[in-house]
Amino acid sequence: MAQKIYETVIGLEVHVELATKTKIFCGCSTEFGGAPNSHTCPVCTGMPGSLPVLNKQVLEYAVAVGLATNCNITQYCKFDRKNYFYPDNPQNYQISQLYLPICRNGHVEIETAAGKKNVGIHEIHMEEDAGKLIHDEWEDCSLVDYNRSGVPLIEIVSEPDMRSADEVIAYLEKLRLLIQYLGASDCKLQEGSMRADVNLSIREMGAPEFGTRTEMKNLNSFKAIAHAIDGERARQIELLEEGKAVIQETRRWDDNKEYSYAMRSKEDAQDYRYFPDPDLTPIVVSDEWLSEIKAKQPEFRTEKIARYQKEFDIPEYDIDIITSSKHMADLFEATVALGREPKKVSNWLMVETMRLLKENMMDPEDIKYSPEHLAALIKLVDDKAINGSVAKEVFEVVFKEDVDPVQYVEEHGLKTVNDEGALRKTIEEIVAANPQSVEDYHNGKEKAIGFLVGQTMKAMHGKADPGMVNQILKELL
Amino acid sequence: MANIISDETIEYVGILAKLELSPEEKEQAKKDMGSMLDYIDKLNELDTTGVEPMSHVFPVQNVFREDVVTNGDGSADALKNAPGMKDNMYKVPKTFDK
Repeated sequence: MAQKIYETVIGLEVHVELATKTKIFCGCSTEFGGAPNSHTCPVCTGMPGSLPVLNKQVLEYAVAVGLATNCNITQYCKFDRKNYFYPDNPQNYQISQLYLPICRNGHVEIETAAGKKNVGIHEIHMEEDAGKLIHDEWEDCSLVDYNRSGVPLIEIVSEPDMRSADEVIAYLEKLRLLIQYLGASDCKLQEGSMRADVNLSIREMGAPEFGTRTEMKNLNSFKAIAHAIDGERARQIELLEEGKAVIQETRRWDDNKEYSYAMRSKEDAQDYRYFPDPDLTPIVVSDEWLSEIKAKQPEFRTEKIARYQKEFDIPEYDIDIITSSKHMADLFEATVALGREPKKVSNWLMVETMRLLKENMMDPEDIKYSPEHLAALIKLVDDKAINGSVAKEVFEVVFKEDVDPVQYVEEHGLKTVNDEGALRKTIEEIVAANPQSVEDYHNGKEKAIGFLVGQTMKAMHGKADPGMVNQILKELL
Repeated sequence: MANIISDETIEYVGILAKLELSPEEKEQAKKDMGSMLDYIDKLNELDTTGVEPMSHVFPVQNVFREDVVTNGDGSADALKNAPGMKDNMYKVPKTFDK
């Protein structure tokens, strides 16, 4: 029997935590890391008689994301209650949007090794996050912290248009960049400000109908998403090959065990009894308001790339990396605006910054140093006040603590010694102390000079101009 | 009464609402729900062609707050309503991951 070829069909539900200062329906802070329940009030703890009022910024962010993903904006929209009982949800319903979500029928273009394609966006709706449950092993009970309760989310529901883990990751990267450029969220999977649920089914290549899908949760890195997709595809193929059926269910991915297990099946699926929330008034987005939000849309990556190609004399590769993070692109432009050469600024970002980010397992969004300090450091090198290796050392401190490099160089006495007399004296001593190297050099061993330069730099505590050292050495030899 | 609520339906609604009803209460609830549905059927007799579905009872729209923090630490008051408390958190019976 011929081997069957299967196609994977994937749709995504992506939750994004919006970067507002306050919750969606009350004036409690959304700041991370407060003491348990310190950011709560009667509204976000579901007290009877409390009245939720929509945060205008939430709506504007949602509309901005909708516009960036080519959606139709629902100019008359409203909120609905999704009813379920669980201790993380103090109202016994989540305020969400079912009937008239704020955005519908959009798409984004993705690019993978297989080429370019559009991924459809079915809808984007606004909703509130739930509280956090902590399991207490000692007392065998659960503890609830409602600081996250009422934090604004948008849920972006794609069409089942993706066919591989590569496409899923390209789609998520695309969403992340658009939303970061908008400043609507920092979109960190690890920290949960972006969460993806993967709906996956398989079918024989060319089959007209979709297979039965499963939904996978708990995917908090791109790596986990790729693993989960491969794992679930294999599991479903195995079931079908054994003549069994795929059951429609929610599964939880365990990235350590590289296996997913069933959480709940369709049989005990919830009946959420959605109905319009009578506490919240309908929202009308007028044409004027929509134009205002449109006018505020930032320059997105594609436009930025085009402008960089025209404005700055730096390689395509650099442009690609720099624009892959809004924060890095802002930093680049601000440093160049302070009068530094684009290629030099780009080099500090591409080489030293990227290296330190990788070493510290940080994202470009976490870069703390200011453009003023990077510009000052580059100027020190341009003015030959410090040499390249000292600059790298200073940069590490700038990267970590955002210190003023001018002051730091001054305080630590790192300025290059431009006193030729002192330098010549040191080199004379080095030459006198290393007759073997001198002889090697005269015997044609070019490398020997490297050793002498090294010894000189060491004696000068790294504060000499290597060009000058080389020049004096050659003279003396 | 035109609408008859079955035993299965009342059982299911009870589960959804987390209500345990005695046999007498179930009978009463079946009757009540039946007459509510009869009332809705009455409304359904109206011709609503071309009428927009109503989504709110008051003619108000666009009630917003600005994104400004107005609340401080409300945990002391909020936790007064907690069934139990530990480490400034609500103590509830053990739950499993959803």
